Amino acid sequence: MSEIKKLIDETGAFDCVECGKCTSVCPVAKVDTKFAPRLIVVKALEGVDTNLAQEKEMWSCTTCEICNKMCPYKVDFTGFIQGLRSQAHDAGNFPVLSQAGAVQTMQRIMARGSKQNRLGWLTPDLRVKEKGDVFFFTGCAVQLGTIYYDRAVELRQTPASIVKILNSAGIEPVVSNDEVCCGHDLIWTGEEDLFIKLMDRNVETIKRSGAKTVVFSCPECMRTFEVDYQEFLGDFDFELKHISEYIMELVGEGKMHFNKGDSKVTYHDSCRLGRHLGIYDSPRELLDEIGLELVEMPNSREKSACCGVNAFANCSEISKKLQHDRIVEAIETGAQAMLTFCPKCVVHFNCLLNSPKSMTENEKLKIVVREFGNAIAERLQEGG
Amino acid sequence: MSDFEPKIVAFCCNWCSYAGADLAGVSRFQYPPNARIVRVMCSGRVEPQFILRAFELGADGVLVAGCHIGDCHYVSGNEKAQKKIEATKDLIDQLGIGSTRLRLEWISASEGSKFAETMKDFIEHLKGLGPNPLREASG
Repeated sequence: MSEIKKLIDETGAFDCVECGKCTSVCPVAKVDTKFAPRLIVVKALEGVDTNLAQEKEMWSCTTCEICNKMCPYKVDFTGFIQGLRSQAHDAGNFPVLSQAGAVQTMQRIMARGSKQNRLGWLTPDLRVKEKGDVFFFTGCAVQLGTIYYDRAVELRQTPASIVKILNSAGIEPVVSNDEVCCGHDLIWTGEEDLFIKLMDRNVETIKRSGAKTVVFSCPECMRTFEVDYQEFLGDFDFELKHISEYIMELVGEGKMHFNKGDSKVTYHDSCRLGRHLGIYDSPRELLDEIGLELVEMPNSREKSACCGVNAFANCSEISKKLQHDRIVEAIETGAQAMLTFCPKCVVHFNCLLNSPKSMTENEKLKIVVREFGNAIAERLQEGG
Repeated sequence: MSDFEPKIVAFCCNWCSYAGADLAGVSRFQYPPNARIVRVMCSGRVEPQFILRAFELGADGVLVAGCHIGDCHYVSGNEKAQKKIEATKDLIDQLGIGSTRLRLEWISASEGSKFAETMKDFIEHLKGLGPNPLREASG
């Protein structure tokens, strides 16, 4: 119990006034009547359930952080869940993982530290360096595109697209074969020991490259560096930037030019980039810059809806319902495509669009869900 | 490397390859005992995770064996297996395990000798490669 008490202190859960705002905005609670964020905090506070770590419900939380944003007393509910999951893992309470846990196994294999072969996507026309000022953290987009070859194969292109974009502004980023997964899924399923191994390896790789700026395309990697890594290691002496912010800086300096498009798109704020990191404007400015007309969905920015699954844990009917509602929202805007930076959102929404009975075939044809980086690379002006 | 005996996890489908392995046994075809056979109902049941987990736990090679294309008891399970194994080969290559440590073979219930030959050949190949790199990398 003392560990739970510590967690209550750290996350400000003691300030909870049991108003139920969190439960009323929670996307999971809307569908699953058994799940309520407030109930979990109250149980912890009152010590009613001494066996909180054994509850299966905590794995249903999508950690989308909408509760944190709406809480009048700023309780860090998502942080509470993260801590609770770590205790649950130690107590032998595990979630049901998608693909039988292939993504987590992949991360555990990376944590072993044997030599990888992860730069296969690097074609000779892409210019990269071994040491330099800008480090591009590629993340696991290629691996996810390989595991989910049937629904998100375009993710295999993402790192190449980002390098192409950076090259067009005359920047040769550092990419490293020693990079490992950021460990996002491991810390959100409670495996803290392995997470620390991955963290140490990544930070060492970046320090060795001498980089002053680390650029991310994946919102989850960026959140993990910005929040979780700095919590363990203190502030970094290198800067963390999302690719959308970085491109807008380069555009401002006149280093980058795009062919203007004319199609209508909508933008899905992934929870990691939006609510966790507060990056809402630069992706929208970027859409304007590449000449795509943005039609907003009713739930956007701070109120953005969730893609339904976190860290590939407990994907269920509830997740499918959340995905369905979001896709319907996107179709109703009249946009041809929904763009998002998060590779996992791409996987999850395309999973719904590929399931035989999720929607009518006619509805499915109205929208495509695409990775943002690839969409930008297509609009690059040659020699720009 | 002469004393290195590779460990193989072999997933065999119930309808063809497991019966093929059985036939190899009753026909007394000799092949080295390096494989641990896991019976699955269909080669299409073998998920990437089964293969990754086998390598994580120290297997040197993984063999997936199913019915020949067109002969699948469930019509097209082996076609699904083919796609999955292709993607998994790519993935284990990226992870540095090496795609040749994973093999997909079509072995029918009447091909006991093919089963024994496949095993011999795979074991020779793995002896050339040496142990699974994850075995030495402890973290």
